[in-house]
Amino acid sequence: MSIPSNLKYSKSHEWVKSEADGTVTVGITHHAQELLGDMVFIELPDVGRQLKQKEECAVAESVKAAADVYSPISGEVTAVNSPLVDEPGKINEDAYSAWLFKLKPSNPAEIDGLLDAAAYNELVESEDH
Amino acid sequence: MLKMTPLNQAHRDMNAKMVDFGGWDMPLHYGSQLDEHHKVRQDAGMFDVSHMLPVDVKGDNVRGFLRQLVANNVDKLTVSGKALYSCMLTPQGGIIDDLIIYFLSEDWFRIVVNAGTADKDLAWMLKQRDALAPKLEITPRRDLAMVAVQGPNARAKVWQVIPGSQAATEELKPFQSAIVGHYFIARTGYTGEDGFEIMLPADEAASFWKALHAAGVAPAGLGARDTLRLEAGMNLYGQDMDETKNPLESGLAWTVDLKSERDFIGKQALLDTKVAQQLIGLVLVDRGVLRGHQEVIGEKAGVEYKGEITSGGFSPTMNQSIALARIPVQIEIGDEVNVVVRDKKLRAKVVKYPFVRNGKVLV
Repeated sequence: MSIPSNLKYSKSHEWVKSEADGTVTVGITHHAQELLGDMVFIELPDVGRQLKQKEECAVAESVKAAADVYSPISGEVTAVNSPLVDEPGKINEDAYSAWLFKLKPSNPAEIDGLLDAAAYNELVESEDH
Repeated sequence: MLKMTPLNQAHRDMNAKMVDFGGWDMPLHYGSQLDEHHKVRQDAGMFDVSHMLPVDVKGDNVRGFLRQLVANNVDKLTVSGKALYSCMLTPQGGIIDDLIIYFLSEDWFRIVVNAGTADKDLAWMLKQRDALAPKLEITPRRDLAMVAVQGPNARAKVWQVIPGSQAATEELKPFQSAIVGHYFIARTGYTGEDGFEIMLPADEAASFWKALHAAGVAPAGLGARDTLRLEAGMNLYGQDMDETKNPLESGLAWTVDLKSERDFIGKQALLDTKVAQQLIGLVLVDRGVLRGHQEVIGEKAGVEYKGEITSGGFSPTMNQSIALARIPVQIEIGDEVNVVVRDKKLRAKVVKYPFVRNGKVLV
């Protein structure tokens, strides 16, 4: 599966989409869900919570293991994808549409420090070998 | 170098996600572990279990030897083909392994042991043989492959694939077996569903696997095998018990014969032991997923207690998390306990397992 070029990525396998209104949408990558297998449980952060970059803020559990989700940038949680809690398998179906939460960035410069699609692809390939 | 079963290439041909399972290169799943789980509960799935080891014990009075070797009583095996589940114990009562013994004739019994313990088991059996019955022949059968076909439609699919097998195995009750040509067919399994476990020559395994697939049997990996056996309340060696635990604190008292006069290795230790722990089932009340080694805490009659989850996971059939846990014997079915999951205490209910049998939820 190709890695969308319009998104940014963290080294801990979250994707970040910059929205027109200045917020960002965050999810976990296709590669991450592939490593984890069938997802069975999602815990999302509370709306309004202030997150620091790389802070643990959500949990994604598969049949195999529990994985922490880290906030790719600092900011305030403005929305969470609540329906996902009842259908965690949506992440396996399409990791790039099954978003977890939205943030209002407190330091937008952090976005520029994230990986682009090519750099993330390199990371994934280096982990595979 | 990982060990490979005769079906290794067949798994790769079916795009299996392969993992190192105790030194064996085994399929974890073939795409979706959940789908494989449901297929076994609702239709038919097949597992490569060739990493497990069949051991033939042959000679004069095998029964006499096995009476001493294992904790269950082989005198329960009176009809040829009948199988018995048992633990093999250390003199201290610890579980060396759990295994299945098939009675074929008075001079031939077959024992199937776990993969991870196979070398240790074989060494132990040979040592006991030398001491107790030196004339017996003990032969590991790495020349055999083993395929478990499980699910409500499993037997019918096997009958389609093995000519003549229906007539020979239709009347078999659970825990009975029959030999049909090259195939050793047993109505046993590790999923809580009906089905067969089939031993056959290794070089015929790949074509048998493909024929089953063509008959509509879905390949299923170790992932589904684990969630199915957990729902079925079946212990996993190395997780729910090991040499530091005895059968009485592992939910396996029913497999130990302490009533008959017969002496067996570990018997005295079991008679001397005061059982303080038990294995029970947990169903998670709160949201989350129970996992092995999570701490179980609670209070009973004003006394705080602790225990540990031995196997935990998500039950695809129940759509909630379940576990087996070892906790003090004072805790009763219906009690509520807390499980420490990350920074939270989640509520779980103590239940009698199995959780699921023959497609039906029992708790």
